[in-house]
Amino acid sequence: MTYSGDSGTLGALADLGEADQVEGEIPRRRGRRFGRRRMREMGFAYLLLIPSLFIFGVFVFYPFFRNFYLGFYKTPPFPGLPTRYVGFDQYRDVLSSQDFIDSLKTTVGFALLTVPAGIALGLGLAVLAHQQLKGIGIYRTIFSSTIATSVAVASVIFGTLFNPVVGLLPWLGINPQPPILENPDLALIGVAIITIWQTLGLTFILMSSGLQSIPEEMDEAARVDGAGPWRRFWRVTLPLLSPTIFFAVVVGSIFAFQTFGQIDILTQGGPLKRTNVLTYFVYTTLRQDNNDGKAAVLAVALFSITFVLTLIQMRVLERRVHYGR
Amino acid sequence: MAGSPRARRMLGKSLRYLLLTVLAIVVIFPLYMTVVNSLLRPSQIAARPPTFFPTNPQWSSYSSAWNAGHMSRYLLNSAIQTLIITVGQLVTAILAAYAFAFLEFPLKRTLFLVFLSTLMVPFEVTIVTNLATINDLGWYNSYQGLAVPFLATGFGAFLLRQAFLQVPRDLQDAASLDGYGHWKFMTRVAVPLARPAVAALGVFAFLGAWNQYLWPLLVTKDEKYRTVQIGLKQLRATSIDQVNVTFAGVIIAALPLVILLLLFQKQLVRGLTAGAVKG
Repeated sequence: MTYSGDSGTLGALADLGEADQVEGEIPRRRGRRFGRRRMREMGFAYLLLIPSLFIFGVFVFYPFFRNFYLGFYKTPPFPGLPTRYVGFDQYRDVLSSQDFIDSLKTTVGFALLTVPAGIALGLGLAVLAHQQLKGIGIYRTIFSSTIATSVAVASVIFGTLFNPVVGLLPWLGINPQPPILENPDLALIGVAIITIWQTLGLTFILMSSGLQSIPEEMDEAARVDGAGPWRRFWRVTLPLLSPTIFFAVVVGSIFAFQTFGQIDILTQGGPLKRTNVLTYFVYTTLRQDNNDGKAAVLAVALFSITFVLTLIQMRVLERRVHYGR
Repeated sequence: MAGSPRARRMLGKSLRYLLLTVLAIVVIFPLYMTVVNSLLRPSQIAARPPTFFPTNPQWSSYSSAWNAGHMSRYLLNSAIQTLIITVGQLVTAILAAYAFAFLEFPLKRTLFLVFLSTLMVPFEVTIVTNLATINDLGWYNSYQGLAVPFLATGFGAFLLRQAFLQVPRDLQDAASLDGYGHWKFMTRVAVPLARPAVAALGVFAFLGAWNQYLWPLLVTKDEKYRTVQIGLKQLRATSIDQVNVTFAGVIIAALPLVILLLLFQKQLVRGLTAGAVKG
């Protein structure tokens, strides 16, 4: 897999620099004609970029920057009235409000519930399935099968399995009152279980590819040295897999902050706002309260958190480029 | 003898199979029960002990979900949205990646950074204004509204550029001697050589579009344009006393992805792991 990001995002920038240099080494041909050809090449290049740049401009950059601006204006309580400039007041009010702090806590809690457990399970299954056994392909297919489910599919399946009347969980003796998804103490855990199951296939595939990229000889060398399977896992496999695991942690956390479908289908942010994760909070502020100004402030907050997570990810990718291969 | 190495190996092997099988059953159980429940009558689903094998399968739930539950329409809408997005992303990403890989022009580095920076803005962050834009364009509840915001991809351009950079320089020189222009070189040489990456992006784009939830919920209002994911929510809400129909709807909604993944497993793994694992 030659293109598989072995250089990462920053590596790509380094490549760009190299490409420029290579280009510079080509002997320049007769001045005038070359200039015209260069102009033609330039025009063609921009022509190729325009479709993407147009879409990005209208649907990524414009709405992104407009968030900051919208955040300065208070949305009127009734549509039709003018918006009012309040500057940073709205940022301060919204970001220090109890609703926002609770929502942030809920989202972080959701990430803590889903990411470590999800990765541990995916890794465990990947390690188990990473052995020469007859019929192992069937197990691999089953472990990756949940990738065929969407958030909506998983939510509807589990919503019914958890249901106190028709569900199977009560029959198994797990029957809290009120039922899991209506229980302020359990609803977030219930949604987390559904999310872990739905992303298990993806985590399993990711961890399996990571395991396959570990050279056989490393494990073999440790085996020759007399290390048992448990020791080999902790001393050889896990350290070599750490970039993959780190990637999964960061991407999993970013996913957690974008959680929406599960909440919309199963709990609508309740009970008692205990599942009111940040993206759902943005949605209700925008759609039910029609409060564009407040929704914009929340979107800026959502972006800032994702941005920090992405920076951390790039940092690590960069390190891997330098020490890679 | 129980203590002999051979017997120990046999025991170890059996234990591993046992563990794998138990875990496989746990993972697949929710999906299995969905299939079973879709074939039962609602009264059977609520009965205790539960039925784990449908001896007398009731297929009528599927026709109910398909017709009365509007699943046929939802599937069509999802298929149209997904097709437009997948083809659109492939085209725009191929064009942009070609420019970044094969052409020289001012601001190349800056523009590449602009493409990469789109990866830092989650779509959820842009919904406030995008919803207003779609409304202003008169695209609320339409295929354009569902698809147009997603017709370009920074990730895809990045992925394909990496693939294009692997095209040997000699080939470029040979092609230019043969009088190939850029257009011909792109369609006859570069894209065919980068086919694994193009396929990976295609599957990746398809999966992303098909599984969308927030945006279709925001920009559609009725079954004429509602996609299958939102349709499922609707199906669940409208037929609480017809759980079997809901389960049949779930199967109908999941089936296209199951087929796609069985056909393109390799490409998908490549697309998903690009950037995560070095190979």
